[in-house]
Parts: sequence; C-alpha cells; structure tokens
Amino acid sequence: MQQLLTTALTGLTLGAVYAAFALALCLIWRSTRIVNFAQAPMAMITTYVALVVIDAGYSYWVGFAAALLCGLVLGAVVERVVVRPVEGKAHINAVILTLGLFIVLHSAAAIIFGSRYRSFPAPFGLRGLKVGDTSIALTGFGIFTIVAVVVVMALLVLLFRYTDLGLKMRAAAFNQEVARLLGVRVGRMLTLGWALAALVGSLSGLLIAGGSLVHPGYMDSVVVYGFVAAVLGGLDSPAGSVIGGVLLGLSLSFVSGYVGSELVALAALVILMGVLLLRPGGLFSHTAERRV
Amino acid sequence: MFEVRDLTASYGPVTALDGVSFTAPAGKVTAVLGANGAGKTTLLRAASGLVRPTRGTVLLDGHDLTRTPVERMSSLGLAHVPEGRGVITELSVEENLRLGGLHRADGAPPADMGRIYRLFPVLGDRSSATAHVLSGGERQMLVIGRALMATPKVLLLDEPSLGLAPRIVAQIFDLLRSLVEREGLTVVLVEQNARSALSIADRGVVLNLGRVVAQDDASVLSADEQLRHAYLGF
Amino acid sequence: MPTTSTTSSPGTGSGTASAAGPGTSRFAGVRRLRRRRASSVLLRHLLVALAGLVVVVLVLESTSSFRNSQLASMAYLGIAAGGLTVLTGLNGQLSLGHGAFMAVGAYTTALMMQDSDPVMPIVGVLVAATAVSLVVGAAVGVPAARLHGPYIAGATLALAIAVPGIALYFDRLGGEQGLSVLVPEIPVWVLDAVYFVTGSELDSTKYVAYVGWLSLIVSYVLLANLMRSRVGRTWRAVRDDEVAAEIAGIHLGRARVLAFVVSAACAGLAGAVMAMAVRITAPSGFTLNLSLVLLSAVVLGGLGSLTGALIGSALLTFLPQVVTDLGAGAGLTDVQAAELAPLVYGLTMVAVILLAPAGIVGSIRNARRRSRGV
Repeated sequence: MQQLLTTALTGLTLGAVYAAFALALCLIWRSTRIVNFAQAPMAMITTYVALVVIDAGYSYWVGFAAALLCGLVLGAVVERVVVRPVEGKAHINAVILTLGLFIVLHSAAAIIFGSRYRSFPAPFGLRGLKVGDTSIALTGFGIFTIVAVVVVMALLVLLFRYTDLGLKMRAAAFNQEVARLLGVRVGRMLTLGWALAALVGSLSGLLIAGGSLVHPGYMDSVVVYGFVAAVLGGLDSPAGSVIGGVLLGLSLSFVSGYVGSELVALAALVILMGVLLLRPGGLFSHTAERRV
Repeated sequence: MFEVRDLTASYGPVTALDGVSFTAPAGKVTAVLGANGAGKTTLLRAASGLVRPTRGTVLLDGHDLTRTPVERMSSLGLAHVPEGRGVITELSVEENLRLGGLHRADGAPPADMGRIYRLFPVLGDRSSATAHVLSGGERQMLVIGRALMATPKVLLLDEPSLGLAPRIVAQIFDLLRSLVEREGLTVVLVEQNARSALSIADRGVVLNLGRVVAQDDASVLSADEQLRHAYLGF
Repeated sequence: MPTTSTTSSPGTGSGTASAAGPGTSRFAGVRRLRRRRASSVLLRHLLVALAGLVVVVLVLESTSSFRNSQLASMAYLGIAAGGLTVLTGLNGQLSLGHGAFMAVGAYTTALMMQDSDPVMPIVGVLVAATAVSLVVGAAVGVPAARLHGPYIAGATLALAIAVPGIALYFDRLGGEQGLSVLVPEIPVWVLDAVYFVTGSELDSTKYVAYVGWLSLIVSYVLLANLMRSRVGRTWRAVRDDEVAAEIAGIHLGRARVLAFVVSAACAGLAGAVMAMAVRITAPSGFTLNLSLVLLSAVVLGGLGSLTGALIGSALLTFLPQVVTDLGAGAGLTDVQAAELAPLVYGLTMVAVILLAPAGIVGSIRNARRRSRGV
C-alpha cells in the first residue's frame, strides 16, 4: 500500500512536468505543424542560465525568472531565424532542422557550461511531508511543481480564451491565410507561440532539475516523454497534453517501481506505439482512422 | 471607388490574369463573371495581396494598394471573403466575429457585434456554437458578418453561392443588395452563377482566360444573349 | 561507388529490337532488353566494387594502424549510413533510432565472440548479426510503416533512448560494463593470401578494417542493385506520391516495411563490425548520440545516394579529429575541443537544410542537372 501511494505520488509529480513539456510541444505543433525536438536542449540551456545566475550569488527565484525570460527570448529567436524558412515545407526538413539544432545546443552547452554533473537547488524542501505520523512521498518541491504547472496552464488558458491576442494566435494557428486577410500579423503570432512554448519548456526544465543533477543531456529523454504525452492526448489538444502528461507520468512511475527503472524508456515506446496504432488522434479523439 | 488597372498575375509559367482593368463604382455591386479558370479568384487574390501581381495597380478611393502586405488591407478598408468561405471552424461564431473586428478600417467606429446579429439573427442564436456546426448558408452569413465587423469600404466576395441551395443563395443576395443600398458598401462579387449575380449587380465585368471580354452595366450584359451563351452559361 | 540517378538510362536496346525476327513478339524483345539492362547494371556495380576493393587494399596497406582503425570506423558508419540512406532518402521514412539496430547487431556479435575459440567463422557471425537485426527490424518496421512525418521521428527517437536501458536491464548483456569482444585469430589461409598479395603481415586492426570494408562493398553492391531494381523504383514512387503509388497498385505497407528491414539489416551488420573494431559493447556506446551521428552522415552527404552516405561517413569519421585539434590549438580544453566536432556538424546540418535541402551530393547533382538543361 505504501509503495502504491509512493509510486502514484511520484508519478503525479513527474506527470505534471511531462504535461508542461507536452504543452510546449503542442503549442508549437498547433501553430507551425512542427514537433520541436530541440525543445529539450533549449530548456536545458535556460536551466544552465539559472544555474549561472544562482552561482553568482542571486536567489533561486532570480535564477528561475532569468531562465523563464531566456526561454521566451530563445524561443522567439529560434522561430524567427532558424525555423521560419522551413515552415510550410516538407516535414522532413523541419525534423532534421530541429535535430541539427538539438546537436548544436547540446555541444554549445557542453562547451560553455561544461559537461560536469551539477546539482540544482529545489525550493520548499525535498523531504517527504508528514501526514500524521507517516511521511508520504510528496515533498514540498513536489507540491510546488504541481502548483507551478497548474498556474502556468491557467494563465495560458486565460490568454488564449479571453484575450484578443490569444484569439489572434489561435486564428493564426488554425488558418493562416484567413487570419492574414483579417489583419492578423501571422508571423508575429507564430514567433510569440514559439516564445511561450519555450517558456513553458523552460519551466519544465527547471522543475525536473530541482533536487536533481543537471548536465547537457539531462532533458533528452524528456522530449520523448513529452512527445508521447502530447500524442496520448492528441497533438492538437492542449488539454489532452496535460492529461496525457499525467497519465504517462503515472504509468512510467509504476513501470519504474514495479518492473525496473531501466525499462521506463521502453515502456514509453510501447505506450507511444500503442496509441499511434490504435488511436492515432490521441486517446480522446473520435476517429480511429487517420491518414498518416 | 475600387479600381484595377492592367493587373497581371501568374502562377509560375501560367498567366492567370492578363492586363485586367475595370472600375467598381462606389456604393454599387460589381459582378465579376466568367467560366472556371477565367481568373476571377486570382483577381481577388491579387487585389487583396495574397498573390503578388507582376504588373498593374489596385486602387481604393485613389490610394494605391498594389504592394501593400495582406495584413494591412483590413485597416485600409478592404475586406476579402475568400474562396471556400474561410470560416475558422475551430473557433466559435462569436470568436470569428470578434476576430473580424480586431483590425477595423482606420477611422471606423468600434466594431459592433450587435449590428451583425441584427443583420443575421441566426448567428445570434448560435453565437457560442463552434463554427464547425454551421450549415453552408449560415457559414456564408458568418463570413460576411465577420468582414463587416471591420467596417470595410469595399467587400470582395469570392463565389458566395458555391454549394448553397437556390433559396439560401437568394436570401444572401437579397441581404447583400440591401446592405449596399442602406450603407453604401462597395461590393465586388465574383460568381460562377452569373444569372443570380447579375440580378443584384449594377455593373458587370466578364473575364475569359485572364482577360476582360466585356464590361458594362449589368442590365446591358444580361440582355446580350450572345455574350451570355458564350461566357456565362445561360 | 555506384550512384543512383532518377533518370533512366537511354535505350541501350535498340540493337535488340531490330534483331528480333519477324515472328518474335514485341514483348519478348522488351523482356530481353530488360534482362540485358539488369545484367549490365549488375556488371557495372561489380566493376565499381572491384575497383573499390583495389583502392581499399592500397589504402589500408599504406596507412598506419591508427588510420586503419579510423578506416574501420568509417566502414561501419558507412554500412549503417548506406542502409539509412535507402530508408530516408529513397523511401522518405525518417529514423532516429538506427543506433538501436546497430546495438542489436553488436550485442549479437559480442555474445557469439565471448570465447577465444569461437564457434563459427567470422562470416557466420556477421551473417547471424545481420539476420537478428533483420528480424528485429521487421518487428519494428511493421508498426513503423504506418507512421510518417514527426510521428515516426518521435517513435524512433523513443527507440533510441530505450536501447541503453534495455541493455542495462538484462544481466546476460553485461550490464553497465557491457561485453568484451574477442576478435578471433586470423585464419591461416587469410594470412597467407594477404602476404601473397601485399607482402606484409596482417595485424588484427587491419584485419577488422578489411572485414569492415569488404562488408561495406558487398552491402553497397546489394543496396545499389536494390535501388535500381523494381523494388527501388517502388520505394521512390512511395516517397514521391503515396496516393499515386497506391493507385498504381503498390502496396504501401509492404514497400515501407521492406525498406525498414533492409536498413535495419545494414545497421545490424554495421553494429557487428563496430563490435569487432571497438572490442567492447556497452550501453554507453549506443546512446542517442549514435543515431544522431548516423543521421548527420546521411544528411550531410545528401539524402538518397550511396555515394553521399559514404562521403557523410568519411566526414563524420575524420572531421572530428581535425576540428578537435583546431579547437585545442585555439586554446579550448580537451573536453571543450571534443565537443567542437558535434557543434560543427550540427551547425552544418542546420545550414544544409536552410540553404541546400538536397544535401551536399544532392545539390551537386541538381546543379549538374540544371547545367545540362534537363
């Protein structure tokens, strides 16, 4: 029973992070029909920025803010400079481009920040909270993780549903030509979309790093898990990404706890293939058939 | 007044528009007619900037719009309802309308959704529904309403009757006619359904293979049987 | 090295047609023509292969042991890149997980070469490794054939990161340390033959290099023939327009699985050679990085030609050392200088996509085609 609860709580916390990353991928997919595989090293770099800031003596929160800001800028720059030329062209170009970027960011980080494993602080404590006499697997940092992700998602919902800017961004994502005819600066909306996605990705990177070790490759598997979560929920659906993230986090936590942590990646692969073959539009889609 | 002079546009090696010139007088409906592939859609796309013309000018009330980027057209008073209607089906009716009002013509009063709902009551009934569920006729009303939210000076409409039952077409055309008469809107109406279009038009322009073959009052064109048989299908 | 071209060779069979007697049907003439063309293609490939073999012998004999081991690396990279080129360039499916199939081939080889007295000759080991990867490739390829675009990229990416974990999980595979590979004693007849031809002794490094290059030549001849055959045309048709291909009667799924299986088999063979060259197979050798290196080789050389795959493999084998030396000379630390190489080829990949989407060889070919006025 204890292990069940521990596994579930760990899975929930992990799921929140995967949900955030999946949301980042979803935002970019919706607006530009590209899966940004470079999102992982982008988040890794912004976490390193936070680390540099913290090492220089500033508080965690300053580093946190710096990372998010960096994410915003990095996302905008990448879209405008690197990705814009391949938008709308054959898929394979965008995939190879993001992978090339993946490699570049990886090695750039290793050169600039070094490949040593560094520890990263986690606010609110890493000890299990006490409920009565027993301590459960939920830490202060874990609660912060879940709360942070929920807050960011709520803000995004507010942005997209209730603001003019959000409406324009959605229009640009759904139908570029019509949006342009209606006066929307589609290019700017796409840049903004990537910037916001990168911000969410950075948040994800910070939350994973907390209390753990940071090195240039630490986010690599997260891009896969984020992708699986996004596909689970349907790449087009932000709500789906969130649910997919939580479901994936729980599933992988159970695999790690009851089978073996080495096979977690394999489990993710199996889940991905399962969804793609049985329900390509995601668990919540109505169509089982998709012209892939 | 909306004017096009010597407009020429190509898709690669294919010339779709070849030196097209005509005037759409202010406050009137000008029908642009012709068979499939005559260049009617390209004409509108070149006018609104979706396609870059290789030659020629587009003028609205004397202002040269030719090299203006698409995104600026709305604020300059030009609204283009594209082929296929262009309903954003993932957004609700209200969101579609709201979107239309975000970039209204310079100097126009604030967009008034209530006005649109009065013009098209059925949209009011369905305002929170996703645009996906609307019928063809309702969608056409939505996109016209959306274009009107920006208070345009000229409205370019690409085949509004496409796929609609004759009764609905008549309804929409009546609405257009009354809009023009009440508000002085200038309308450029591209249509394959030449008979219906000419019934509400003041002027007509007939295109064939990218060139203007006739330009006159609508009544004159309707009476010209030879012309009708040759280019308009009735 | 044989190149592929999308233009069919001009009619070489005009002689055949006119030689057909009055009673012979036209179709017999066409069939004869086709067979003659097919055998001439094979002949051409074999001649190129023979020339390649001569070059390989000359190069291997005249270079140092260090270079020999580098050339062995280039060989196994080339085999895997060749297979991946067929999959990606010819069939349009992107795979980021071919490192996984290399791992399959490598571990199979390692399991068979644990003792100093191996059960089967080296050729047998290679064939076994290829066969196992082929089977695994089929298992992955059947579901993968239904995916495309970012979905297959993501799925194969998941495969790539799953592999080290799988290798760690099963104790039989040696865990984190991995398995060491004992390169068997070189058979006496080989020693004699080589001494007879080249007049020098054969050490194990050079032996592995020879094994690698011979495997490459054999696999490239097979791949080249495949690419020119009806199967290859089917693959190109599927890549260029799926709907049209389907209407033409091509079974999409089967074509895709076949391409996947072929490329997986190549990767398995490459992995086997790699195991022998590196002498150890461990999870750390099959990280995501390997798959990305493979992809880089294919992209840099031009997606769709075997020559390009070879050039890409050469770049990725020899350039890192050059770049690292430059970096160390410019004052970077060892670790930093080592990271300079991936930075360079990553940037080149980005530049290639932005500036010349057909890759290096592809762009050259397009330029040549344009100057010819085709």
